[in-house]
Amino acid sequence: MNVLEIRNATKRFGSLVALRNVALSVPAGELRAIIGPNGAGKTTLFNLVSGFFAPSAGSVLFAGRDVTALAAHQRVALGMARTFQITEIFPELTVFENVRIAAEVAAGYRLRPRLGRSERAEVCRRVEQTLELAGLAAKAKRLAGELAHGDQRVAEIAMALALKPRLLLLDEPTAGMGEQETQEITRLIRRLRAAGELTIVLIEHDMRVVFHLADRITVLCYGELLAEGTPQEIAANEAVQEAYLGKAA
Amino acid sequence: MNSRAGAARQAGTALLWAALLLAPYWLPWVGGYTALGARVLVLGLAAMSLNFLLGFTGVVSFGHAAYFGLGAYGAGLTLKLLAHSTPLALFFGTLAGGIAGALLGALIVHLRGVYFAMVTIAFGQVFYYIAFRWNSLTGGDDGLRGFARQPLHFAGYAIDILNNGHAFYYFVLVCFAVTVGVMALILRSPLGRTMLAIRENERRARFLGIPVERHIWVAFTLSCFFTSLAGALYAMVNNFADPMGLHWSLSGDLVIMAVMGGMRSFWGPLVGAAVFVVVQDFLSSITTNWMSFVGLLIVLVVLFFPRGLLGLAQRRGEA
Ligand SMILES: Nc1ncnc2c1ncn2[C@@H]1O[C@H](COP(=O)(O)OP(=O)(O)OP(=O)(O)O)[C@@H](O)[C@H]1O
Ligand SMILES: [Mg+2]
Repeated sequence: MNVLEIRNATKRFGSLVALRNVALSVPAGELRAIIGPNGAGKTTLFNLVSGFFAPSAGSVLFAGRDVTALAAHQRVALGMARTFQITEIFPELTVFENVRIAAEVAAGYRLRPRLGRSERAEVCRRVEQTLELAGLAAKAKRLAGELAHGDQRVAEIAMALALKPRLLLLDEPTAGMGEQETQEITRLIRRLRAAGELTIVLIEHDMRVVFHLADRITVLCYGELLAEGTPQEIAANEAVQEAYLGKAA
Repeated sequence: MNSRAGAARQAGTALLWAALLLAPYWLPWVGGYTALGARVLVLGLAAMSLNFLLGFTGVVSFGHAAYFGLGAYGAGLTLKLLAHSTPLALFFGTLAGGIAGALLGALIVHLRGVYFAMVTIAFGQVFYYIAFRWNSLTGGDDGLRGFARQPLHFAGYAIDILNNGHAFYYFVLVCFAVTVGVMALILRSPLGRTMLAIRENERRARFLGIPVERHIWVAFTLSCFFTSLAGALYAMVNNFADPMGLHWSLSGDLVIMAVMGGMRSFWGPLVGAAVFVVVQDFLSSITTNWMSFVGLLIVLVVLFFPRGLLGLAQRRGEA
């Protein structure tokens, strides 16, 4: 079954067509990378999927259900989580509190004016597990805004994970990271895959990361779908080499 | 790392409660009087209620006087026309302002920043003019008179909060304690943390599955209920409700108290209210231009204590 399906999506900003008639299907459990030059429409695609704005035409299906008309928070409730190209966290709260908010929302507690003892313990355990998985346990009490850039990006991923999503959308998780941090994030994403059923869509500029992790790759260029295939197929694709890899090399 | 700061904060809180509990006894020694203490409590409660929204949800309202005033008129009219009962007056006063806030909030939560603030001012002024014009009901410009808070009855005992200033002060203190207790509980709950999340980063909050508008509405409505309770108490301080209690300048005063005391700290607005009320009380007996001195004070506080009077103490405590 396809966890994510995008049908003929078009997005216009005034006269600019950021996405033109893009179709995409991601089956359960796959790690799909989306690549393309700057301004290709990758983030716009995430914005359509996550409900940041509505498409000008076309539809988005999540686990077979049409979610095009749903608000962002409703899509999260169905099991969609995303991170942003520019880190979005709660800077004046601790790392633990950042993740706890996500965990409480996932547990359905967001409007609760108080929690029982066992509920609270359950949430804390969930947060600790997530921080452990993300390798942030030692920094749980630090203010998120005071972390190094790389740790902030990991914290944002941890928040998304605490939502227990079926589909995780990562927008350039290694953006602005050094060599070692990039490796750590790559390892984290690999661990996530090993851990379970999670379907991941990853926008990424770092080709080593992409070829390391992706099951399949989708290439966008000027808002259009240029190619799709396994890493080997994409590496061998002439149109892609010309439009993207050629330029990057 | 936080244990020492935590201990300092607990000591500070204990000291604060001690000062509030003993106020009727130490206030005269420093030239104050018990009614002044009650005024600080009531305006402090209003400023803390506003700050529930301003400091802890990140939403700026410049119209909270509307709910404060509705609480005051609601309580006054209840005592005057409906029932000679202090609890009922508090109840209906709080309900009047709270329900108005809930309805108005539903209309405006999709607005942001300065637009939200402007609409809150505008609605506040609507209530002001109604109170100002509707002479027969509200007493118009002269304010609402002809009512008085009533003695409390508990299981056969009567507590004369009307004539006994100390008793009235402790009555206000109990109402204050219960309300700020509820506020503190909410701020430490999942609901309260979604408010912090919205303050910190609305986009992140939304994409963590928080319906931001709905949560701002909840925070706004709660804040209006708390504020109108403060207003209802205010009507009882002087047995008087006046249209200035609805005027936007009071909304501004409440924001000033919160900012001056420290928006990010729970008790900051109470400290701000204390400074404001004391300075006003002291200066207005010397000069009619007291407001310009308050203005100067605000400038000094903002320059030297950018996080408010309590904000500084907290920074120090954390370091
Ligand atoms: N909200 C918006 N309003 C107007 N134009 C937009 C908006 N969002 C994106 N665009 C435009 O749409 C095009 C695609 O942008 P998008 O951010 O999707 O690219 P991208 O592939 O993510 O690029 P990058 O690799 O630089 O992140 C760009 O020309 C961008 O300027
Ligand atoms: Mg992008």
